[in-house]
Amino acid sequence: MLGLDFSFFTGEVFRGYILSGMYFSFALTAVATLGGIVFGTILALMRLSGNKFLDIPAAIYVNGMRSIPLLMVLLWFFLLVPLLIGRAIGAEMSAVITFIAFEAAYFSEIVRAGIQSIARGQVYAGQALGMSYAQNMKLVILPQAFRNMIPVFLTQTIILFQDTSLVYIITAHDMLHGFTVAGNNLSHSRESYILAAVFYFVICYTLSWLVKRLQQKIAIIR
Amino acid sequence: MALEWRIFCQDTIDRTVVAGCFGSGGGAGTNTYLDWLISAWGQTVLVAGLSLVVALVVGSIIGTIRTLPDSPWLARFGNAWVELFRNIPLLVQIFLWYHVVPVLFPAFADTPKLVLVVAGLGLFTSARIAEQVRAGIQALPRGQRYAGMALGFTTPQYYRYVLLPMAYRIIIPPLTSETMNIFKNSSVAFAVSITELTFFAQQVAEETSRGIEVYMAVTALYIVSALTINRIMAFIEKRVRVPGFVASTGGGGH
Repeated sequence: MLGLDFSFFTGEVFRGYILSGMYFSFALTAVATLGGIVFGTILALMRLSGNKFLDIPAAIYVNGMRSIPLLMVLLWFFLLVPLLIGRAIGAEMSAVITFIAFEAAYFSEIVRAGIQSIARGQVYAGQALGMSYAQNMKLVILPQAFRNMIPVFLTQTIILFQDTSLVYIITAHDMLHGFTVAGNNLSHSRESYILAAVFYFVICYTLSWLVKRLQQKIAIIR
Repeated sequence: MALEWRIFCQDTIDRTVVAGCFGSGGGAGTNTYLDWLISAWGQTVLVAGLSLVVALVVGSIIGTIRTLPDSPWLARFGNAWVELFRNIPLLVQIFLWYHVVPVLFPAFADTPKLVLVVAGLGLFTSARIAEQVRAGIQALPRGQRYAGMALGFTTPQYYRYVLLPMAYRIIIPPLTSETMNIFKNSSVAFAVSITELTFFAQQVAEETSRGIEVYMAVTALYIVSALTINRIMAFIEKRVRVPGFVASTGGGGH
């Protein structure tokens, strides 16, 4: 078919080249999602605090991060983090730190929208029960907000998984890198790029199908 | 750590500081890093602008056919298009266009790499714009479509005169962020050595060992570009607003 030969791609090649990169892509996605949600929630609470010393720095951080390409942020952290902590940390660790910092900005916007989507009456009800701001957030608002946000979180996670391929610029060893190296070493780079596309497609399509199912389920419960 | 901004005034070959910072200040044949930075910005604008045109045209067509009544196969094709281009990372798509397409399809063998990147970025974004166009059309009350039909419009006519004009106004806010995204995403063109801003940043930081200054300049240009797009789109939104029609104010009301 079109002069392509996929027979080079054996189980051995998969285990030797792809598996470790795939593991890194998944791990990076998981860590960046969790870290992004934690720091994103903090940023969102800062922005909604009504205190300008918390609001303005968080707004600058979020809007700044959102107007720079991820590739530039990767380059920045790859250059700056070793300067700040005084020793080299390697491309993989640098990618993890960058993705948490970058995704926090995006997740904070999701969390902010989620908190604002909670009916005002809920906030007043919490206040009327004598809850403090922290109690109200923790017991009344955030549990409902997070529940509403689950589909958006998961969609963002799929985008994040696709974005992990950009660690190419600092040559961290992710799934795409595995396919690139396998293609070059076994001189089947064209087939290898096609296989990379197939792998990403199958993973992302399955995940987005699951998100759609979940969304329908949640919609029925409400 | 002191910043050394004079590196932008250096000639890119012999590294002497040129008076006036632009190549023209040092006579014919000189080229400073500042010249290069500006031409790199131009490449970024070029890639993003051309891709945006491709994405808007293809995205509008695909988005529209997904909402056509009585054409299930066209709608299915539109859905497959969106799923295909949305579920493969942009960088992988760019690699496919650059490394695979010219070999598999001899018609593309001599296509310049700029065109290949524009095709890759444009079609990737077309899937997202198609999704927005579809959502915009479906957000209109069904009565609008029936009203067009009742007036005796053909299907192309009621799309052209009734549905699309309102749908585009509704989707201006998401289109704004997609336009800003396409600008940021044009940075992946570095991977096929198009000398746009990110390629410039990586290359010149290495050549001059002045990463911080170079990255700061490039980052500033990206931020300026993002703000400019935001203002332009806000201006368009204001110009085309239909009085009394509030759906286009964005900000997802409750």
